[in-house]
Amino acid sequence: MSRRARFAWFWLAAITIVVLSPVASIAAGESIGGKLIQTVGTEKTPVESATVIILQDGIEIGTGQSDAEGAWEIPVPAAGVYDAQLDTSTLPDGVGLTDPEKEVLTDINVREGQAKKVIFPLGVGSVSSVSTYDRVGALFVSGLKLGAIIALCAVGLSLVYGVTGLVNFAHAEMVTLGAVTAYFFHASAVGPQWPLLIASVPAVLVGAGFGWAQEEGLWRPLRARSVGLVAMMVVSIGLSFAVRHLILIFFGGEPRAYPDFAGQPPIEIFGISVVPKNLVTIGVALVVLAGVGLFLQRSRAGTAMRAVSDDADLAESSGIDVNRIILITWMLSGGLAALGGIFFGLNEAVQWDMGFRLLLLIFAAVVLGGLGTAYGAMVGGFVVGIAVEMSTLFMPNELKTAVGLVVLIVILLVRPQGLFGTKERIG
Amino acid sequence: MSDNHPMFGVAPEPGVHKPDPVLVANDLQRSFGGLRAVDVRHLEIQRHTVTSLIGPNGAGKTTLFNLLTGFDTPDFGEWHLNGGALVGIAAFQVARRGMVRTFQLTRSLARLTVMDNMLVAAKDNKGEGLWGAITGGWHATEELNEVRANELLKRFGLDHMADEFAGGLSGGQRKLLEMARALMMNPEVVMLDEPMAGVNPALTQSLLTHITGLRDGGKTVIFVEHDMDVVQEISDWVVVMAEGRVIAEGRPEEIAKNQTVIDAYLGEHHGEAAS
Amino acid sequence: MDWGSIFIDGILATIGPVTAAYAISAIGLNLQFGYAGLLNFGHVAFMLVGAYGMAITVDLGGPLWLGIIVGILTAAVLGFLLGLPTLRLRADYLAITTIAAAEAIRLVVRSSWAQPLTNGVFGIQGFADSFFDLNPFPPAELYGIGSLVVTGRKLWVMIVGWTIAVLMTLLIRRLINSPWGRVLKAIREDEDATTSLGKNVFSYKLQALMIGGAIGGIAGMLLAIEQQNVTPDAYLPQVTFILYVIVILGGAGTILGPIVGAVVFQFLFFTVDALMVNTQANIDWVGDLLTPAAAGQVKLVLVGVGMMVLMVFRPQGILGSREEALIDER
Repeated sequence: MSRRARFAWFWLAAITIVVLSPVASIAAGESIGGKLIQTVGTEKTPVESATVIILQDGIEIGTGQSDAEGAWEIPVPAAGVYDAQLDTSTLPDGVGLTDPEKEVLTDINVREGQAKKVIFPLGVGSVSSVSTYDRVGALFVSGLKLGAIIALCAVGLSLVYGVTGLVNFAHAEMVTLGAVTAYFFHASAVGPQWPLLIASVPAVLVGAGFGWAQEEGLWRPLRARSVGLVAMMVVSIGLSFAVRHLILIFFGGEPRAYPDFAGQPPIEIFGISVVPKNLVTIGVALVVLAGVGLFLQRSRAGTAMRAVSDDADLAESSGIDVNRIILITWMLSGGLAALGGIFFGLNEAVQWDMGFRLLLLIFAAVVLGGLGTAYGAMVGGFVVGIAVEMSTLFMPNELKTAVGLVVLIVILLVRPQGLFGTKERIG
Repeated sequence: MSDNHPMFGVAPEPGVHKPDPVLVANDLQRSFGGLRAVDVRHLEIQRHTVTSLIGPNGAGKTTLFNLLTGFDTPDFGEWHLNGGALVGIAAFQVARRGMVRTFQLTRSLARLTVMDNMLVAAKDNKGEGLWGAITGGWHATEELNEVRANELLKRFGLDHMADEFAGGLSGGQRKLLEMARALMMNPEVVMLDEPMAGVNPALTQSLLTHITGLRDGGKTVIFVEHDMDVVQEISDWVVVMAEGRVIAEGRPEEIAKNQTVIDAYLGEHHGEAAS
Repeated sequence: MDWGSIFIDGILATIGPVTAAYAISAIGLNLQFGYAGLLNFGHVAFMLVGAYGMAITVDLGGPLWLGIIVGILTAAVLGFLLGLPTLRLRADYLAITTIAAAEAIRLVVRSSWAQPLTNGVFGIQGFADSFFDLNPFPPAELYGIGSLVVTGRKLWVMIVGWTIAVLMTLLIRRLINSPWGRVLKAIREDEDATTSLGKNVFSYKLQALMIGGAIGGIAGMLLAIEQQNVTPDAYLPQVTFILYVIVILGGAGTILGPIVGAVVFQFLFFTVDALMVNTQANIDWVGDLLTPAAAGQVKLVLVGVGMMVLMVFRPQGILGSREEALIDER
């Protein structure tokens, strides 16, 4: 192995250990949780995808959704007194509170280190009547936000594919690593406890570094050994698997929220209630994506990247240092993925498999836009995000992810090269 | 060329009719992103001849091959083999109907033996169907195919390599294997994409003999070629393409004197000299 | 550290019904990936679909033998649906689609929307009674030598399971050594060349996907029968991953590879796990660093790393030959 490769491996290991291991020693924080079960007579049905909001003094601290077993748990920043509100508009039709006064549970006393359990009693309810405009508007904004996150994550994947031909399944872990690293610098008891904005910087750098390490320590040596793309894809799956479970070991299985921006009161825009951090997500993502676009169009490296993507041999004979461009692409991919991961963590929570759970939607976005095109990934990301969120207008909430699969299949049937891909012989 | 040669009396014009065409193409067009790669108004290939397809680089010869054999779909146009239309017919079916092609870079099935390469090409082996494979009963057909394969291999001088992996053959041997393999399918038309490419000059003569042997055995041969000496030596007819169009047709000696053809090639050299 | 009992447990795990099921599933994946070169990264979906097809049929009142047929057909149909849009495209597209499909199907089955049919996250139980009724061994009695013992119930499942594994191996051998198998090998070599020889490449790939998928469905059904239980969370992506390790470890594209791979892998997997659990409990600094749950994850990290090392340094696995290895030289 070359010196540089060994160097890269050392850094990869070092980063992993330094960043992740202290996280293991964090005691589980305080939280409020429960199980939403609809009881009709003796029949008990779990209620999935209903939203609970935790408030303190009227300010929103955090939200969470119930899973398929009706279980929900929302971390709270410290011991204290909270209120919990069930968002009845997110209850499925036919499910409602048996006691309407219990929509908000007040004076919940959470002790240090306690995972407090509370109950919302649910039975048969009436069909919920939220104004369509509100619902559509809120879902559209949700879609934009999810789309922004997916777009940020998808661009890197598409770019790496463009210059190397490799579908990097470990991309999901670059997303997770970004979120986890930001968590360490922001919220870990043994970390510097910087504000999230500051903590994002080392997170993005770590993401770029992971991309660098992968290319230097793994992919370039493999290319030099003439390892085929199929084998490399399997290797990337192995890497994804190993890193994912490493993160599980060091970060734990529980989802954790970023304390910053946790208690944000929503504001009204055009009559739609939006939480500001969502707008920030969308805004920052758009700015970053625009920056990437400018980079690709105007800068030398960006143009070179596009050239290598089109025809690596030709680019090389024009004097472009292909390996250097590939390295830059990997770093960019890692950095963008990390940023996407931070936003994803801000939007839901930081969890060991968050990247993998997003991967399905990232793939859908990349294929929709055209494997290998950056702009395609951006557009694809937003389209998939909006489609997934707005599909809940006529589909149960929990089937959202399946929408991503449907998009994927439909694209492959109708226009496999995606919106922006070229119709070469992809068969 | 003698008087009773089939091409005798056929005028050397692009798109000219042939006395007994096995393959006819009309208004065949294919563009790649605005660039017109193939634009052939009319082309007929005479049965039982060796027709060579020549032209400068980028003239569209391989694209035309791909279109005719179903490996690519034209934007427009139609063509037929012995009167049977081939529009929309999948590539594997075109091959089954009797028009078999080889590739510019030999595609031997490297990790199969030479004999297996030949046996894959055999048509109508019941064992190739799922049901046939499970129920068995294909051994008799297999043995017959092996006998035929051995005959062909012997003809091409490869019979002693029958149990070697095809990947272990030399470049020239692989070309021969491709030809032998194509013959296993009993094709009517054999389309060779640059059969001489990358072949040791010492082998050229032997390959040429094999190609004319194909014709004498009752096949029609179309081949793409760059080497004008080769073209002169074995072609019954020459089709010249440039910039996607057929610019000239005729017997080899007529083409050699054709000004349009000379200009097309000179134009290429001119361009090369200037760059 | 009780090496003796760790070893015994390792052997039991290796010859047990779960290993047999993994071997069967690997046989199916080996046909798809090892012989046809198809990048099916969602193989666990076939197992899930087969198992649920069977369980739901029985749950709705049907006999078990009908459930088994339904399970096999459902798995085959899934192969068809996944293959139809993707097999004419590049290999990456099948990879992406199958990974996405496996998770999406699992999530749908798990959802409360599907609850009436699949019982959502709780799954379906108790559908395999007719299978155990056929057991000639008294279920509670112990069989074996020394400390290597299994119950009559488990013995029955083991015998059935390994018999199926052997039968599937023989089926694959028959197919691969036939002209059909030769076409498949040719496709793996060079699709265009095979097309030029008059073979319908798409059809062959679809057949391989469907048959491999049906075999995966059988494996899923065996697992479900053994536990008398199907739950969506038993069909996580890590199962597909482990199957890949098994196939490649044994030797992709070999007849006996899947069985050898399953046996070797299970033994290693189980032993590493037992070792980790033991060291975590008994050795102080390890116990400080890792929780019991974390210790259980170490084997998975090693699987991921092992897979990478395998692909790079010995892609032909145990039984494969270097020339036929899956690395395509540029």
